[in-house]
Amino acid sequence: MNPYLDLFLTFARIGVCTFGGGYAMLPLLQREIVENRGWTTEDELMDYYAIGQCTPGVIAVNTSTFVGYKTHGVPGAVCATAGMVAPSLIIIVIIAACIQQFAHLAVVQHAFSGIRIAVCALVLQSVLKMARKGVVDLPTTLILLITFAAVAFFEVSPVVMVLLAGAAGIAIGFFRRRRT
Amino acid sequence: MIYLQLIWEFFKTGLFSVGGGLATLPFLKAISLKYPWFTPNDLLDMIAVSESTPGPIGINTATYAGFHAAGLGGSVIATCSLVFPSVVIIILISRALTRFRDSALVRDAFYGLRPASAGLIFGAMLEVFAASLFHTELWKGVGSLLALLNFPAIAFFLALSLCIWKFPRLHPILFIFAGAIGGILFQF
Repeated sequence: MNPYLDLFLTFARIGVCTFGGGYAMLPLLQREIVENRGWTTEDELMDYYAIGQCTPGVIAVNTSTFVGYKTHGVPGAVCATAGMVAPSLIIIVIIAACIQQFAHLAVVQHAFSGIRIAVCALVLQSVLKMARKGVVDLPTTLILLITFAAVAFFEVSPVVMVLLAGAAGIAIGFFRRRRT
Repeated sequence: MIYLQLIWEFFKTGLFSVGGGLATLPFLKAISLKYPWFTPNDLLDMIAVSESTPGPIGINTATYAGFHAAGLGGSVIATCSLVFPSVVIIILISRALTRFRDSALVRDAFYGLRPASAGLIFGAMLEVFAASLFHTELWKGVGSLLALLNFPAIAFFLALSLCIWKFPRLHPILFIFAGAIGGILFQF
């Protein structure tokens, strides 16, 4: 098969089978990319996945770009990423159009009034998990509180806060190393 | 014109959202305040659909937001603009993979970015949370503070939170489905 089509279809398959985002994808990637295809080694995949979390953007996309680039250069990166994105695009457009069609029905509105509460609970739970991982000492506690307040009460752009938080991390690291 | 705005806004989202999954939310919230494309409350519906359909959550919400803004064309443009900076950055990093991974600079930056992404998401969603759990439309009324609380909604929220906390391995779809059933029964 054409290698680019192969990349596209393999990542499209992984995209379709992943429910619930990046973290659910790892076992599937291991099976398809490492065991079935041999495109990367287990270690390489873990590296890509770890670095995919330390670079901007969606983790699943970052990982697929890595694998595509490693196997077939820039065109490979584009094909793998396109494959990862295509199923989402098709499925979401269909669902969004359907919801628009039925949004006026009372039963749909009632269902969403409950769904929104469930989403609040789910998002809160993920935020708590992220906070437990990120808050390790006093400076990180302050960073969390300041970014929270800036966005919640002063409508500061998240872009500004991301830049400031990254700079703060680098500055703190710099001073700590100089002290020791 | 709307396409150019979509390209710019989602390019920024792709470039600055760090931390995966829900990291795009603060940026989508900012977009909802700046443009008439969707409201902050629509974000909750987008998350619900994104968590219950296949594919990465960040991509799903961007596609949905783009669709709200400008239909099919909007969703394609939003998604491509979101992905573009990632692809470029990853290709650049691939050439110096181990140097990037072992870099003290990257590690330090993430020491600051990890707590920030939690703070950003919670800060962006606070208003939306309040709208679902309190009768915020009564805020200006004279009624007592107690009248603000939407008691059934808060009770339902606490019950679901307890279940999510107790059974972290259960899939989010189950809770979203439970939310739909609860919503139809109790009409929050």
